[in-house]
Amino acid sequence: MANIFLNDLRKNYAGQEVIHGITMTIADGEFVVIVGPSGCGKSTLLRMVAGLEGISAGTIEINDKVVNDLEPRQRDIAMVFQNYALYPHMSVRENMAYGLKIAKMPKAEIDQRVAKAAAMLELEPYLDRKPRALSGGQRQRVAMGRALVREPSAFLLDEPLSNLDAKLRVQMRLQIKDLHQTTGQTMLYVTHDQVEAMTLADRLIVMNKGVAEQIATPHEVYMTPASEFVAGFIGSPAMNIFTVQVEAGVAVLPGGHRLPLAGLPADREVRLGLRPEDMEIVGDDTPGIPVVLRSVEWLGADAFGYGMIEGSDVAITLRLPGSTAAARGQRLRVAPPEGRLHLFASDTGKRL
Amino acid sequence: MRRTVFPHKLLPWLLLAPQLAITLIFFYWPAAQAFRQSVLREDPFGLSSTFVGLANFRKVLNDPAYLNAAQVTVVFSLLVAFFAMTIALFLAVQVEKIVRGKGFYRTLMIWPYAVAPAIAGMLWLFMFNPSFGTLAWPLRQLGIAWNPLLDGEQAMALVVAAATWKQISYNFLFFVAGLQAIPKSLLEAAAIDGASRRHAFWTIVFPLLTPTTFFLLVVNTVYALFDTFGIIHAVTSGGPGRSTETLVYKVYNDGFVNLIMGDSAAQSVILMVIVIALTAFQFRFIEKRVHYG
Ligand SMILES: Nc1ncnc2c1ncn2[C@@H]1O[C@H](COP(=O)(O)OP(=O)(O)OP(=O)(O)O)[C@@H](O)[C@H]1O
Ligand SMILES: [Mg+2]
Repeated sequence: MANIFLNDLRKNYAGQEVIHGITMTIADGEFVVIVGPSGCGKSTLLRMVAGLEGISAGTIEINDKVVNDLEPRQRDIAMVFQNYALYPHMSVRENMAYGLKIAKMPKAEIDQRVAKAAAMLELEPYLDRKPRALSGGQRQRVAMGRALVREPSAFLLDEPLSNLDAKLRVQMRLQIKDLHQTTGQTMLYVTHDQVEAMTLADRLIVMNKGVAEQIATPHEVYMTPASEFVAGFIGSPAMNIFTVQVEAGVAVLPGGHRLPLAGLPADREVRLGLRPEDMEIVGDDTPGIPVVLRSVEWLGADAFGYGMIEGSDVAITLRLPGSTAAARGQRLRVAPPEGRLHLFASDTGKRL
Repeated sequence: MRRTVFPHKLLPWLLLAPQLAITLIFFYWPAAQAFRQSVLREDPFGLSSTFVGLANFRKVLNDPAYLNAAQVTVVFSLLVAFFAMTIALFLAVQVEKIVRGKGFYRTLMIWPYAVAPAIAGMLWLFMFNPSFGTLAWPLRQLGIAWNPLLDGEQAMALVVAAATWKQISYNFLFFVAGLQAIPKSLLEAAAIDGASRRHAFWTIVFPLLTPTTFFLLVVNTVYALFDTFGIIHAVTSGGPGRSTETLVYKVYNDGFVNLIMGDSAAQSVILMVIVIALTAFQFRFIEKRVHYG
């Protein structure tokens, strides 16, 4: 059981800063997901918490104790690696018992803990096998088991599911969620998969280029993204974002279309964000955005229309009902329902 | 597997001819000669020889000097293999820790391998020569009565050192490669599991190096047995007494110095059997070499 406190955490590699000051508190038992595009510093952040990377500036506290100068083994954490990092010359049982043996735990208790974890992860038939004789999913579970048996204060997981196929990933995702619910342990989980991020997290850290763009619940992140980056990164298909000119409460869209909207700021240039599902088809006499469809993907329950704002080269994605008859080349007029728009500063990208 | 088909029957043979010629002239012909001479005995003037069956072998195997050489060889080989491997492993592990100039150290480490055995021997002989060796004087200052020309154990130490020094490079290269093949994340996982560096080395790194270690054990043994002739010849010539006379050196001594061809040939044949056995052993294990992954 642990709370973790990061205070203005920074990391330099050869003079180049890759983590630019992250501050956050992770409560005991919380499931926090670090999400962001490749190279944004997710693994680096996690590895700093684990003690595998040095800290250039700032502090990390685990259970109210600064751990900056502690070795990984003194931090009472367990980690699951992306490539699992199972000891290839040891059986599954030995892999799981390795840390416990080092801790000089009595053999009976080691056996009991390994048996318990193996039962929970359905690994009993494989206990005496070497990792090379296991499938990807089984290896993944052994890696989880090796972390579980130690009953650490916190779990760190670095893209634990990214080497699995889609179906297995869903299965393991649910299993990890269950695991968190039964053990109630603090978890810090890195992924670049936004479905994993949205479904697992109590809270998300959305990272971009070494900066935490937003730290909030999945709901908040989706409904009120703190920046244009977050808005574009979370949500699939991605939010439509384009530059508009505000003139006396009316947004002038690309192509010169005028759209009166509630909640616009004073006259200036802003970035307007509209989610694909937040676009209702309206009549020709109502103000709206004229869209010329280039293609329609029908998925059953709903369909995605990809088109251009008429008279411009700005692409726009619409979510349409599954019953739609819309087809390529068709012209639609859409408008966001009241209050479903996102506005960002055109210079800083911050939410207005 | 693709098979290359040559248009002529003759062409493949022509292409192989140079290699075949070398093999025949320098390997099969001398080997055949050794077999022939090992069952013959020459008269004292070397003018005629008579067939004596296995008498030469019997004589050699009952010769205390031969048994002494066998013993010297075993001691020498074990020491060389042990030191060359432990020192190389130690250095390879240390080099991994270097942050700056890794390549430079690695290159330096490889140089001794390029030195010819006789030169390496001379180098060590000069350094430790009792009368003018640079390092002999400090040894004497330390109260060691240093004289490898008279003291058999010191002579052995000197040839072991020279032979070890030359072989460290080779082992070092293999250990460095072996260490690099071990994923970093395994050591990180061990660190998180609570293992100290030392514990992780003995429980993770060393076991994973087993295939490399085993391969090197065979290579080093073969090296110490057969490739150290130049060093022994340059440093001690098998002396003092017979304290550094290995089996290979005795073949040379009996055959080319003392001109007892029958004995020398019989010893060669015995050595050949040892090489064949070692090679077979090595192949069997390399075939079965453990692959982790
Ligand atoms: N040892 C290192 N030396 C120099 N730069 C590094 C080092 N490790 C990582 N970086 C840099 O730090 C940045 C963050 O890397 P990190 O591995 O944390 O990314 P990530 O978010 O985990 O990406 P991915 O999703 O691809 O795993 C990258 O720009 C990377 O190039
Ligand atoms: Mg990563």
